[in-house]
Amino acid sequence: MIFNLINRKIFTLLKVQYSNMLEYRIEIALWAISGIIPFFMLNIWTNNNLNESINISDVMLSRYFLCAFFVRQFSVVWVVFSFEEDSLMGKVSPYLIQPLNPFFRYFAQHLAEQITRFPFALIIAFFFFIFNPESIWIPNLGILLLSIVSTFLSFLIQFLIQSIVACLCFWTEKASSIERLLFIPTLFLSGLLAPVVSFPAYVKSWIYLTPFPYLIDFPANLLSGNKTNISGGLSMQILWILLLFPLFKKIWSEGTKKYTAMGS
Amino acid sequence: MNLRKYQKVYKKFLHTSLAAELEYKANILVDLITAILSLIGSIFLLSIFFQNNGYIGGWKFEQALIIQGIYTILNGITNTWFNPNLTEIVKHIREGTLDFVLLKPIDSQFFISLKKINPSGFLEIMLGFFLLFFCIRINQINLNLSFLSLSLITMSCSICILYSLWFFISTTTIWFVKTWNAIEVLRSFLYIGRFPLNSFSFSLRIFFSVFIPIAFITTIPSEVFLGLSQLWKISLEVIIASIFLITSRKFWIFALKFYSSASS
Repeated sequence: MIFNLINRKIFTLLKVQYSNMLEYRIEIALWAISGIIPFFMLNIWTNNNLNESINISDVMLSRYFLCAFFVRQFSVVWVVFSFEEDSLMGKVSPYLIQPLNPFFRYFAQHLAEQITRFPFALIIAFFFFIFNPESIWIPNLGILLLSIVSTFLSFLIQFLIQSIVACLCFWTEKASSIERLLFIPTLFLSGLLAPVVSFPAYVKSWIYLTPFPYLIDFPANLLSGNKTNISGGLSMQILWILLLFPLFKKIWSEGTKKYTAMGS
Repeated sequence: MNLRKYQKVYKKFLHTSLAAELEYKANILVDLITAILSLIGSIFLLSIFFQNNGYIGGWKFEQALIIQGIYTILNGITNTWFNPNLTEIVKHIREGTLDFVLLKPIDSQFFISLKKINPSGFLEIMLGFFLLFFCIRINQINLNLSFLSLSLITMSCSICILYSLWFFISTTTIWFVKTWNAIEVLRSFLYIGRFPLNSFSFSLRIFFSVFIPIAFITTIPSEVFLGLSQLWKISLEVIIASIFLITSRKFWIFALKFYSSASS
């Protein structure tokens, strides 16, 4: 009964947000285009034969960067920016009265945006294959499912981290600058610009203990068929979620006690 | 007389926006850390590219650092002036407050391009200059008058091109209302300015010098630093910069004809 109710809530939220996102198709298309940095990086790698030193063939590397592009497309999180605006404008107050954590609303927004983004990402991938026909491959169903799961887990990790940062809005007004700070290690260490295998040894020795390589490098390796430790990666992802979730709950309950609506 | 008026107005702009930004002092500190980390990150990425190769696209590591320095300075300028102002245009047009700007007895392009300033970008500019001075030492570049004037000319041309690109996209807001994401696309394209143009494949090189002249923005000033640049390249950059500036001005005046205020 209760489960049914939650189910209906989630379904309604998703439907509302999906129709909302469809309004902004062009925006989302542009946003999908702005994620093509991995392809520029691929161009540098293959054009200078840099991949020979890390023992990855051209084809595997191009698949890796294509998958990195896909994983990034479906794990982009911007909750802190929405929450900051809502909290500055005082829109959080009505949300707080509702018998639903406002973060469910943002969560549904993200999922709806990903559904809207999917066709555009496919179009970009299609163009990629026109220019690189030799890198076409079909992953088997099991791997495909696993990599969808791990991409979703990567999205969850980033969503939780950003929600924690967003909760800082209760204390400071500009939490988004902290998010921009956190984005820098995410950009350089997650494997979006260079696969983690290519990192020098002094970085590789500690990087696997941080959440960063599990955000893009691990799901992309999984999907592209490059060598990776599947069970280890998935369990690290789940471990990070288990670590971050109580932290989020704690900071949320502390923050809502602290909350004074803007302009009151 | 006219110039003096604009000078006076600009002083007022500086005063008001600095006062507003200094409200968030902790924010400036966070931004400084972000700028430092982002520079470290891109040098780290560059070092990955060079770890087994002496040259990339004909550039040594020490030489490629010059590009990073120039990119950092230009990025700082973007963050100080272009980004805060030109995102404001979007707001002006959406909310219809552009009316008030147009009614003022001052040039509208001057007003909307220079109204705001973000002081944390200064720190990034300084970082870039530190890196450049370091590069001048390790590359043993002789400082003389012709070198200084040439680098000054090319740098200001780069700034003009960069400004025009930003302004061009912001102007299209008059038709499309929400161009927030188009700016994101530009940002991601500008990202390749961190690397020497020659490290990309031929087709991308053409694309980035003909359609979006990002190549000119960082590569030519860096070549001037190394004393490699031919005179025709520099004069080409001057020509392109002036074409861009004039076109962006014309385009703004043209676009204003289509401005119909909000909700009318």
